Amino acid sequence: MTATAESPAVGEVKAMQVTLRILRTNPEGTDDHAPGESYWQEFQVEAHATDRVLDALHKIKWEQDGSLAFRRSCAHGVCGSDAMRINARNRLACKTLLKDLNPAKPIIVEPIKGLPVEKDLIVDMEPFFASYREIMPFLVTTGNAPTRERLQSPEDRQRFDDTTKCILCAACTTSCPVFWTDGQYFGPQAIVGAHRFIFDSRDEGQWDRLEILNDKAGVWKCRTAFNCTEACPRGIEVTKAISEVKKVLTTGEI
Amino acid sequence: MMTAQPSVRPPRTPSGRTRRNAEKWSWVFMRITGPVLLILIVTHLFINLMTGDGISQIDFAFVAGKWASPLWQVWDLLMLVLALLHGGNGMRLLINDYAHHPWLRKVLHSALGIAVIGIIVLGALVIFSFDPCPVDADPSLLPSFCEDVR
Repeated sequence: MTATAESPAVGEVKAMQVTLRILRTNPEGTDDHAPGESYWQEFQVEAHATDRVLDALHKIKWEQDGSLAFRRSCAHGVCGSDAMRINARNRLACKTLLKDLNPAKPIIVEPIKGLPVEKDLIVDMEPFFASYREIMPFLVTTGNAPTRERLQSPEDRQRFDDTTKCILCAACTTSCPVFWTDGQYFGPQAIVGAHRFIFDSRDEGQWDRLEILNDKAGVWKCRTAFNCTEACPRGIEVTKAISEVKKVLTTGEI
Repeated sequence: MMTAQPSVRPPRTPSGRTRRNAEKWSWVFMRITGPVLLILIVTHLFINLMTGDGISQIDFAFVAGKWASPLWQVWDLLMLVLALLHGGNGMRLLINDYAHHPWLRKVLHSALGIAVIGIIVLGALVIFSFDPCPVDADPSLLPSFCEDVR
């Protein structure tokens, strides 16, 4: 039992200086900046390699500048509140380790693109949620409700397993170049949400949802850029799900 | 006993189109014409540039010789029509993405439509009204079969 005494450095994580460049916006304005003006601000924080971007943001907010605004809730990659653009890629701040980002250079943190910025890293998510509501993200059935669970075979469940993982963080929709230029597009997330019910054997509202997605602003706007698949923090194959919806619409078979 | 049906609002983004599947057929069209154009254009380039004398063979006589055959008339017409419709449809989608004012959209769509139809008509006119043996031309520039015509 001398191993620990001989090498006290085992397990020790070295502290390091990290610079964060944050794109800030204050709707009320500051002494130096007009209301609504966006500007870059750099912060130096002491952090460990095993810290996440969210920890660095916390340090800034708690120790340096309390006016920094960002959303976070569970801080463990489940609630989907803290999607932001980190080094030009959409990620969850709570799932991105500083050591994976080359901390030698400033880490660039921006709000997700394509949605109106409210303050700093907080955007108005309402257009995003409105698209999700549009595709009826709930079970639609006819007839009497059964007295017990609606059973389903494992194979039927497997068909939409991937799209059940969505946490509505908006990383996919706000990484989509079509959504950036045309906010009318439903966006990858709404199609993922629809996919989850369209391929559910218990659901009877598939064709209502498909009708909605057959619109000018629906699945046909997808140009298979694959940005959404790369951005998804849950690893959902978003572009594949969109293509499956397209296939149902062209063949007429689910 | 009836279960209450959820009431659902109509879609937020009405397409403004009476043809319900217009965008679907536009997508299917692009998927089909893409590979067809690939075959048409690669074969066209191969025949013109890789066979025979390559690029140095291309002159008035070469084009006239090709268009004397109905196969190449149809080939080039198909290439012209599909390339313009495929490219024009792609441009239409770009206009839909980037032009947000309805009037700007209308102007750009009209300009695009006129350009596509104009080029198809002019190109088809050239292919079918083409005279391989113009009367006053230097015989050395004309295809070999023109000697029989004179």
